[in-house]
Amino acid sequence: MDRAVYLDYNATAPARPAVIAAMARALALCGNPSSVHQFGRTARRQVEEARERVAALVHARPEQVTFTSGGTEANNLALTGTGRDRLVLSAIEHDSVLRAAPEAEILPVSTDGIVDLAALAEGLGRDPRPALLSVMLANNETGVIQPVAEAAEIARAHGALLHCDAVQAAGKVPLDITALGVDLLSLSAHKLGGPQGIGALVVGDDLALRPLLRGGGQERSRRAGTENVAAIVGFGVAAEEAAAELPAQGRIAQLRDRLERRVRETAPEARVFGAASPRLPNTSCFAWAGMPSETQVMALDLAGIAVSAGSACSSGKVRASHVLRAMGATVEEAGSAIRVSLGWRSTEVDIDRFIEAWSGLVTQRPNHRSDRSSAA
Amino acid sequence: MIHGNKPLTKNLPALPIYLDYQATTPTDPRVVEAMLPYFTEQFGNPHSGHHAFGAAAAGAVETARAQVAALIGADPREIIFTSGATESNNLALAGVARFQRNLQGDRKTHLVTAATEHKCVLESAAQLEREGFAVTYLPVGRTGLIDLERLAAAITERTVLVSIMAVNNEIGVVQPLAEIGALCRARGVHFHTDAAQAVGKIPLDVEAMNIDLMSLSGHKIYGPKGIGALYVRRRPRVRLAPLFQGGGQERGLRSGTLPTPLCVGLGAACEIAMREMAPEADRLRRLAARLHQGVVRQLPDAYLNGDPGRRVPGNLNLGFPGIDGDRLIGELKDLAVSSGSACSSAALEPSYVLRALGLDEAQARASLRIGLGRFTTEAEVDYAVERLVAAVQRLRDGPPAAAIVPEGADAPSAPVAHR
Repeated sequence: MDRAVYLDYNATAPARPAVIAAMARALALCGNPSSVHQFGRTARRQVEEARERVAALVHARPEQVTFTSGGTEANNLALTGTGRDRLVLSAIEHDSVLRAAPEAEILPVSTDGIVDLAALAEGLGRDPRPALLSVMLANNETGVIQPVAEAAEIARAHGALLHCDAVQAAGKVPLDITALGVDLLSLSAHKLGGPQGIGALVVGDDLALRPLLRGGGQERSRRAGTENVAAIVGFGVAAEEAAAELPAQGRIAQLRDRLERRVRETAPEARVFGAASPRLPNTSCFAWAGMPSETQVMALDLAGIAVSAGSACSSGKVRASHVLRAMGATVEEAGSAIRVSLGWRSTEVDIDRFIEAWSGLVTQRPNHRSDRSSAA
Repeated sequence: MIHGNKPLTKNLPALPIYLDYQATTPTDPRVVEAMLPYFTEQFGNPHSGHHAFGAAAAGAVETARAQVAALIGADPREIIFTSGATESNNLALAGVARFQRNLQGDRKTHLVTAATEHKCVLESAAQLEREGFAVTYLPVGRTGLIDLERLAAAITERTVLVSIMAVNNEIGVVQPLAEIGALCRARGVHFHTDAAQAVGKIPLDVEAMNIDLMSLSGHKIYGPKGIGALYVRRRPRVRLAPLFQGGGQERGLRSGTLPTPLCVGLGAACEIAMREMAPEADRLRRLAARLHQGVVRQLPDAYLNGDPGRRVPGNLNLGFPGIDGDRLIGELKDLAVSSGSACSSAALEPSYVLRALGLDEAQARASLRIGLGRFTTEAEVDYAVERLVAAVQRLRDGPPAAAIVPEGADAPSAPVAHR
């Protein structure tokens, strides 16, 4: 697949070469970090060094980092672990937040994809029970960055705890858990060029957390199970590289802007979601009503270009995106949106090849366009 | 052979020697080789089925699923990937119990397990007790085996699940799975077994043994850490409430992006184990017998904890009367052995598994777990015997005057009485 163009970094990013090298070295060693002998102590040291690197990515202290099997587990642990039964979520959270709290109160977002802070303040004030609020740092489908620090102030004023799913934002924008003022923060390694199967929940000081997995008491009894040493090592390396490369995100943003310029030139009627909002530098989500998303994605795949119709998670089922619907998109509009997400390996050539293939789809469908305009 | 420092002479094995295969196993180089392509060129998200990158990853995951299923006589659709045996055991116990209570209310609120189960089973059971379930903890006999009549008597109309481990992680004892399975099937109760220490080492067949749920772990069978599986029977179907909610992966039972390279590694480990299990079991039995006999020949009062016959190849749990196991480990700098489970909470207490066999606290503390495995050599075993015997004799003779002051992090901080 060396000639294929990968533009689906928000689903998963290819692991960085330094990550793979570090993991290969870690896999060649043997040891359970809880064992007291030399093999165990070596494994323990590797885990703790990686913990420091992951903590540094979000300006936390190492002991605040609890390793999990990934973002989904971190989000589930955050939402169930605090013991708070009043949950308030934004409407555009990832499924691993929304489904972990089926009875939560849902906050609306604007048509630009930003959570409604007035509704938040009003909602928290309406009910005196202490709540757990969950607002993601950046949305996985649109890349729109949420006003988390402002939400944290409102939460604090109402005695609410704030969880922030930073899975998509980490490594793409600077992150400081103290400046954000959040109590719980979820991370995933494979979104920033680390391995799949490892993530973390960063937990604020003095916050008691009820574990989701019980057993041997690892991770300060917050998460039982033998530590996934090699993946933790890989996560540490990825976190360090991603933090060091934050200035290079400007290059990614230029590529993304170039892509969106060309999209608008090709199809002026296309809607770019969240274009007026602060966004991650790597994400573009746009709807062109001439063709259903699935058809676009499949046609692009045939042309050797990997993008997605939204979140990768939903087990193959095609539904209109809850994120785009919450931003006021019609079912038709949401059903014709695709997400293009860039990353550390993306080049100008990738963008040009995407545009070439996608413009081909658009220009091949003149009838569709005229049908659509006559129907409108 | 797991390499630490270079051997001192040609006759010496590389030191230190790894003899803690029940804590974790080295990842087989063949497994690592199988994993690497899925980090580099085939890195897709296996749930991104709409493009070639995702489809390639998904194909690899399904191959791995079939490899896992084949090792235990299951259908691939019955395999749920998890992050390891701890998650599998948590999911099995809490998942079945909570689902059945949601379905049947208070009619099904009882579980049966054993006193010698792994901490993650016992802690899951304790949590279910806090949620209002009743749990019967079966005792074990001196050999570590459960009593089938006691099990039969413990099952009631309210029992929803029996969870009995296949092989104990400390003493290696193999429970009578087929008999337990037959009993549970006859009584209409689900049977879960934690087979983390058994899979790939002894033959297991979920059909012949009437097993409804089975937990397994990658890093106990020369696969990677961070991956495991739960077998969940389809016919008759076992229903579970998931622990992780989200994208609905793994048929809705376990949300979260599957780690393709780790799944591939688990599959490769299962495939190798299936092919090599029988000759490897013979080899490990011979090595363990050599080690056991070598020790007993020179230390006639040393004894084996757990049933001598019904145990997994490669595990020895030896007791040395009058010796403190942690002190002994401190003397065995170039042997990586343990005094019991590696779990972080277990380090300071005497083994509850050995206590459950009827050993008193001093006896439980006088024990050493030695785990042999795929890369253990005869030379390592002979060296281990020599060092182990010498260390026990040294501790019994009392320390030379110069060594009374403890040195190093592993030495005890308080003086130890010698008898």
